[in-house]
Amino acid sequence: MAKRTLFGAVATLLVIAAAYANFFVAPTERTMGLIQRIFYFHAATAWAGEMVFFVCFVANLLYIWKRREQYDWLSVTCAEVGLACISIVLITGPIWAHPVWGIWWTWDARLTSTFVLWLLYVSYLLLRTLIEEPSRRALLSALFGVFAFLDVPLVFFSIRWWRTQHPAPVIMGGSGSGLDPTMSKVFFFNVFVMHLFVAFLIVERYILEKLRHDVDVLQREAEAQ
Amino acid sequence: MTATTLAPTGLRFDNIDKRYGGLYALRRVSLEIAPGECVALAGRNGSGKTTLLRIAAQIVLPTAGKLTFPGAAPNTSNGRPGYVAHATMVYDELSAEENLVLFAKLQNVDNPAARAEDLLREVGLFERRDSLVRTFSRGMRQRIAIARALIHRPSVLLFDEPATGLDPLGITWLAHALREMHRAGGTILMSLHGESEISALATRAVHIDAGKIIADTNTGGVSLRSVLTFGAA
Amino acid sequence: MSLLSNTSVLLGKELRTEFRSRELLTTTCVFIIIVLVLFSFTVNPGTEQARQFAPGLLWLAILFAASLMFQSCFLREQVNDTLSSLRLAVTDPFAIFLAKLVANTLFLLLTELVMLPIFAVFYNIPVLPNFPVLVLVLFVGSLGIAVTGTAISAISSQARMRELLLPLLLLPLLTPVLVVSSIVTTGLLDRDPVVQWKGIAFLGVFDLIFLTALWLFGQYLLEE
Repeated sequence: MAKRTLFGAVATLLVIAAAYANFFVAPTERTMGLIQRIFYFHAATAWAGEMVFFVCFVANLLYIWKRREQYDWLSVTCAEVGLACISIVLITGPIWAHPVWGIWWTWDARLTSTFVLWLLYVSYLLLRTLIEEPSRRALLSALFGVFAFLDVPLVFFSIRWWRTQHPAPVIMGGSGSGLDPTMSKVFFFNVFVMHLFVAFLIVERYILEKLRHDVDVLQREAEAQ
Repeated sequence: MTATTLAPTGLRFDNIDKRYGGLYALRRVSLEIAPGECVALAGRNGSGKTTLLRIAAQIVLPTAGKLTFPGAAPNTSNGRPGYVAHATMVYDELSAEENLVLFAKLQNVDNPAARAEDLLREVGLFERRDSLVRTFSRGMRQRIAIARALIHRPSVLLFDEPATGLDPLGITWLAHALREMHRAGGTILMSLHGESEISALATRAVHIDAGKIIADTNTGGVSLRSVLTFGAA
Repeated sequence: MSLLSNTSVLLGKELRTEFRSRELLTTTCVFIIIVLVLFSFTVNPGTEQARQFAPGLLWLAILFAASLMFQSCFLREQVNDTLSSLRLAVTDPFAIFLAKLVANTLFLLLTELVMLPIFAVFYNIPVLPNFPVLVLVLFVGSLGIAVTGTAISAISSQARMRELLLPLLLLPLLTPVLVVSSIVTTGLLDRDPVVQWKGIAFLGVFDLIFLTALWLFGQYLLEE
């Protein structure tokens, strides 16, 4: 318990440190000005979100293969944390885009596939609420999770190859492409911090899921008497 | 009934567990049924009878343990039991004959049309062979369900509360059908409630409760009657 | 080969059942007509701009129709628990899926072909030039919809609120199909038609990926 609290405290402090770095250490961007500082947080969270999505996929596969409920707990944990990350990405993106380019949103490959990913996470979690029996729920959501993971790259490439007729602002080119060295350091510090914080959230949510499961078992046993 | 001309096959459950989430429907169930036995499975609702039968039918996979069919000839349909439950498991929108031909073809039965016709005659549905199953009475549904279960000449037969919803005439017919199957060498496992014309056919009874086997006439100490009436008699 | 023979027997059953009652086909056709009509109230059909939008609307209508059509796919196997007897009878459970997805693709295609003349009339778009390629595009698109739809139908039939859940799960997954099919079809039905083989190939790849996934994981969808 003490370890977890320490981990959480460290992660939170690092997030605050990253925020400080974003505002006071990183130099001001020439053309975009102040608003650009949200980029560090935005892109780092996006990377963390994609990582979590991948872990969710692996957990889904492992559940289908091994059928151990721990993999199911990991899946739902990653889905919820991933959904939170992607939600942040989808909110901070337009906040940054509007003052810079005058538009809130565009349907380019990256944004569209991120949004579809968000929809798929939501569907996944909704599916879970609609199946009561735990092992059925675990298996069916894992299978949907696999399909969802296969779909996202297809969404990305379908837009990338077929919707580039309208010139769309390329958000930050590739992250880190031709970035000023201090900016680079701040960016990667953010990446590290977000991954750490996300790991902390995953641990806490996983433990919560385990407790929920234990309570559920006790409840069913009590009802069966 | 031309149920079996194949190798007599037994049924064996080895430490079967079936878990749904945190709850055990079956707990370390071990049961060996010899070829040719007719076993009654008795237990109240929710005791695990249906789960055990569905595992034997291989529709449900056990969480742990093994299911085997000792004596089954490999690469034949011996290892595939005939399964009759409360649902007919045939298509309402197809005729009796179409249903049987469908299941015969799926299981690679020789000469599916002829086999379907034979079975329809045996269960007394030949005159209604072109009628859609939707139009059948409960008793007729039970008969088409049995015909479907027997289409591939299984050696092992599983019945889940087969007398439910049948009128006395239907029950008599069912008892007769079961007797014929047993006589032809079939191994039968059937779940029941209480004593009846059907339970009289059983040579052995097993009592299951809360997912565990708590009494077996084979191991002595209990009579068929006491097991079938859950020890009330 | 047992898989193919089982599949053809089951496919025969699916087709026979549907053509006997024709309820699914007729209701789906009527639904697409209604959707196309409603769409035409929102855009101005017959104008040049409409020609750019209309194929997309057609595919949208097909997607909505599919999410209705696939509701019954596995639900009808629950009525008398025929899913259990099928699972008992077949050697490879994939045969059940294969038969259903072939049947679903066929039903979708049939509905689309019936809809084409109506679409052509409402939106003043000639569909006969390049007709074989158009059918090809309809086919690869519908196959993708059917493969994913059949899989999702197996999932949603085991959950609550299944009528709402099916479109919720299916439609986001079909984003690539909608994007590419509508663009390819728009190009095909343009005044100066262009055939985008890359798009057709992409749809084929989509179909292949999900068909493979269904083949690998199908048996788990049917587990109890």
